[in-house]
Amino acid sequence: MSEDEENREMIEIFVMGKRYKVPKGLTIMTALEYAGYKYVRGCGCRGGFCGACATIYRTEDEYKFKMDLACQTAVQDGMFLVQLPFVPAVREDFDIEEVDPKENDNVMLDYYSEIARCVSCNTCTKACPQDIEAMDYVQAALRGDVERCADLSFDCIQCGLCSIRCPADIKHYHLAQLARRITGRYIHEHSDELEKRVQEIKNGEYDDKMKEMVEMEMEELKKLYEERDIREEG
Amino acid sequence: MEEGYLYYPGCTLKTKASDYEESAMAVMEALGKPLVEMDDWYCCGAVQSLTEDDIMHQIAPIRTMCCAQEQGEKEVVTLCDMCYNVLKQANERMKEKPDDLETMNEFLTEDPDYLGEVDVHHIFEILRDMKDEIKKKVKKPITDLKIAPYYGCMLLRPDHVAIDDTEDPHIMEGLLEAIGAEVIHNPKRTECCGSYHTVNRSDIVEKRVEDIVSRAVKDGADAIALSCPLCQFNLDFHQRNTEYDIPVFYLTELIALAMGIEVGMEKHKIDPKSLLKDKKILE
Amino acid sequence: MKVDRSKKAMDFLDKVEELSGESVNACIRCGTCSAGCPFVEDMDVLPERIFKRIVLGDKEGILEKNTMWICAACFTCSVRCPRDIDIAKIMEAVRQIVLRHNIDMVDVDDVENMKELPQLAVVGCFRKETG
Repeated sequence: MSEDEENREMIEIFVMGKRYKVPKGLTIMTALEYAGYKYVRGCGCRGGFCGACATIYRTEDEYKFKMDLACQTAVQDGMFLVQLPFVPAVREDFDIEEVDPKENDNVMLDYYSEIARCVSCNTCTKACPQDIEAMDYVQAALRGDVERCADLSFDCIQCGLCSIRCPADIKHYHLAQLARRITGRYIHEHSDELEKRVQEIKNGEYDDKMKEMVEMEMEELKKLYEERDIREEG
Repeated sequence: MEEGYLYYPGCTLKTKASDYEESAMAVMEALGKPLVEMDDWYCCGAVQSLTEDDIMHQIAPIRTMCCAQEQGEKEVVTLCDMCYNVLKQANERMKEKPDDLETMNEFLTEDPDYLGEVDVHHIFEILRDMKDEIKKKVKKPITDLKIAPYYGCMLLRPDHVAIDDTEDPHIMEGLLEAIGAEVIHNPKRTECCGSYHTVNRSDIVEKRVEDIVSRAVKDGADAIALSCPLCQFNLDFHQRNTEYDIPVFYLTELIALAMGIEVGMEKHKIDPKSLLKDKKILE
Repeated sequence: MKVDRSKKAMDFLDKVEELSGESVNACIRCGTCSAGCPFVEDMDVLPERIFKRIVLGDKEGILEKNTMWICAACFTCSVRCPRDIDIAKIMEAVRQIVLRHNIDMVDVDDVENMKELPQLAVVGCFRKETG
């Protein structure tokens, strides 16, 4: 028995059917690494933001599959695991200048026709590790409400679990991204402040400050972040 | 609902058939029974799944019934014929087959059980029962317009969900007479327009449309009146390859006009406004 | 038309009856369904001939015809059948026997004129023609 196993409480997990003993308290991702697996794909930021580490698992005595992010979920005793390296869903190409919903009220249906196959089973919502109302945004897209689709899907990190589970083969996360792009381009009000700031950046007005920050020590940078002034101008 | 009716729109009413929604809501408002849109609703599926073992395609309509139940309502009113047909058939199935309802409720774990106590109605049933009120509200009877009513399929078939006689319906004739229109009897008024074939077999739809419209025109109709957004699209859009170009109205647009209510009629392919101006109904 | 009374062929009849909940054998071949059907001119064979083929176990012969795909479930035949057979349900059962093997009869990614089409047309078509 290794020193590790003597000092730490160990639990039993099954990775693709094979039994391993791993320390309690690890995430699924670190537990797999502890067991000797190496992530080449299917792993990104390790902070719950990039959506690369979608995983499917089952716990003992539970008939339902569960879906989560491997970097955000603690292993439990008796967990059955498999890692999904990639979701091979098609993303449609679009020209942002040609998707004005005022010109084409079927724009979502036009690019992602399969939303017409939605049966409202809600499996997508149940699969979402971000607790997004995925079925509701698909329904919004179908009835031409692009803005609602964008709003409801705002927290999507594009892990693809919704699409993998969908009996209608809908590409939820790509659809939702199109909705957010359209909303940003055609529906939300134009922001003069944003344009002004982008121009300032282009003019190099922040280059010196940026260089300064890049060279800062971590502690100094943290202090600067915590004490930053975010009050509205004027 | 004391002050009006709980209203299920369906997807198409929010986009391509917004003229229908606008006119129906205006008419019901004027009649003192406004349509109040449901807080939540789901795409019904447009066509009823007809196999005995298929529960999956009944989920969407029953979810909508759950939404009505949650709002404390016992009645839902639809404008779209296809929504009416699917919601009604799915709902009746749950009422008649307790085993199916149980399976459904076991699947819909995120909602309270559906109790099977909601009823589905089409707007024409409501309007039929308010014919006297409509007559009283008519300001400009559309007397010079010769209108051929067109029922299509989904209001009349299958017979257990029919709102009128399946072979010889009169509900639209009665309403058209109430607003002063001259009714043109079209024997093709219950024949299918070609339905969803418009997606990938439009040649079939064109033949159906030619058949239905030519008969209406031969009998002297100036225009057609109906309520199904798919029939409206097919009869309106697919006249382009025929020798005909008569407007295809939602019946509620005509009722609104007769009541003196302004309606947009902006999404019609064959512009109805010139006909209405010729007949001095619009200025 | 070949007449097949093998178990496999009879399984097809059983499957159609199980899915539709209707009795195919109740048909008396009166032709009322075909007489009222607004789509017969585009069908390879008439609806009542489909009944005969189901009874005779001609599964392959039926599946290569377009009849069930041209049927738009308008229920005209169903309300007129003197034997009270819900023929639209039989057609649906035959369609489902194909679609349940993950077969699509319409190209979902290549619908012409999507910009114009009302949603209920697309939803309806995909429900009846995709598996």
